[in-house]
Amino acid sequence: MAIKDKTRNGVAFAVIALTGLLGAAAAQAQEISRAQIIATTCYTCHGPQGVSPGSIPSINDISAERMVSTLQGFRSGMRASTVMGRHASGYTDEEIKEVAEYLGNLGKKGK
Amino acid sequence: MSALGLTGCETVPKSAAPAKAAPRVVVVGGGFGGATCAKYLRIYEPTLKVTLIEQNASYTTCPGSNWVLGGLRKMGDLVQSYDALRGKYGVNVVTDRVTAIDPAKRIVMLASGKTVEYDRLVMSPGIDFRWNAIEGYDEAASELIPHAWKAGPQTVLLQNQLQAMPDGGTVIMNPPPMPFRCPPGPPERASMIANYLKANKPKSKILILDSKDSFSKQGLFLSAWNELYPGMIEWVPANKGGKVVRVDPKTRTVFTEVGDEHKGDVVNIIAPQRAAAIATASGLANDAGWCPVNQHTFESTLVPNVHVIGDSAVAGALPKSGHSANNIAKMTAAAIVSLFRGVPLPTPSHVNTCYSLVGPEYGISIAAVYRLGEDGVLAGVKGAGGVSPATASELFRAQEANFAQGWYASITADSFG
Repeated sequence: MAIKDKTRNGVAFAVIALTGLLGAAAAQAQEISRAQIIATTCYTCHGPQGVSPGSIPSINDISAERMVSTLQGFRSGMRASTVMGRHASGYTDEEIKEVAEYLGNLGKKGK
Repeated sequence: MSALGLTGCETVPKSAAPAKAAPRVVVVGGGFGGATCAKYLRIYEPTLKVTLIEQNASYTTCPGSNWVLGGLRKMGDLVQSYDALRGKYGVNVVTDRVTAIDPAKRIVMLASGKTVEYDRLVMSPGIDFRWNAIEGYDEAASELIPHAWKAGPQTVLLQNQLQAMPDGGTVIMNPPPMPFRCPPGPPERASMIANYLKANKPKSKILILDSKDSFSKQGLFLSAWNELYPGMIEWVPANKGGKVVRVDPKTRTVFTEVGDEHKGDVVNIIAPQRAAAIATASGLANDAGWCPVNQHTFESTLVPNVHVIGDSAVAGALPKSGHSANNIAKMTAAAIVSLFRGVPLPTPSHVNTCYSLVGPEYGISIAAVYRLGEDGVLAGVKGAGGVSPATASELFRAQEANFAQGWYASITADSFG
């Protein structure tokens, strides 16, 4: 019993110690948003931070409104695409709105 | 803890307060998984101390290596540098080879004799081959009949053999059983070899002796082969005599399960695979030879504080691809940073897109979006994903061929640039 308690304390201490490593350095420790998580998956094809170095369009300078309507168009099939219809169908309205706002702000940051 | 930390900060000299030092993450393996993870760890949390250990000074990508065989790219086009990871993102890139890890002491041991300490370790070691799973096919045999499934000298060897073979010769390919790196890779390779042969040795044939009964984007490939390379490519599934059980590298002869012998002018054995040897030696792999992980954080279920990403990990429905490795790396970086911060883990969301060139102006793709199920397994989102349409215009195929090359430019910039 005593050993079990010791182990538990040991584990708890290790977690707190590691958490503290960043807790002190980054006082405003933040959760990573769902929008940012999804946006990073766009970058694989559309380039880092949405800036494409090749033939796939950049997505860093599109307003949130236009991005929402474009992605919803891909999802419904109203807007023709090669692969984006297959991707856009994987996201809810709420996710599309959040990622559109996140991507919409990327361009603003650079200006 | 923050109160304690502040007290410590005011009263204890820095060197005596290890809890104040930046957390250390060591990433092993500088492919799409490792390079992306190192970069995004620093993007998410610039105070982290991130060390990337890779045995080669640069990385030669497997994606695009079939295009070299097809004559569409040069080998040099596939080489990625670690300069941006060093200079732009502050990753400590070390050219060395990991010989062992000690999870109890949280130390990685290197071939140079040095050791590196970590708070969390990310292993992205890729795949190794199951030598002799096909009788006679070992590492020495691969110098005569290449696998060319790790890009570099093996790609060059296969290309040289294709260039040396006579018009009217036969190229034999043997794709491996699942799971393996890059499921649409073998049929794309057959397509690119056909593209080269059509222009240079049009009387030649490609015989695919498959270890499987079906393959990725099968309908699209078969239809495109008929259109672009009529009569040139023959595919024999495992259940119709395609399974290769033995090879004689010296005579370039392969022997199938049903007793047939085939002699090739060029033979490409894409050997059966498993997680890289260092993963097995480190206790990270299961009996099947792959690394089981918590599919949320990609932390090993066998060794604590060690995350396994990329081709060597068991990642639910995600295929073993550079694109998957890139996405897994980002989700893992986000999870590790959140664990250090002591904040809730973000909900992961993965994408995979695999483009294949069937011809220079003929591209096809397979795509999917993946989420973590309640059972802890990554599964494709229903109603999303799928392959390119079976019927499409020339323009559509040309657009996807163009996007295939755009994909290469983007993913390499995202992972290495």
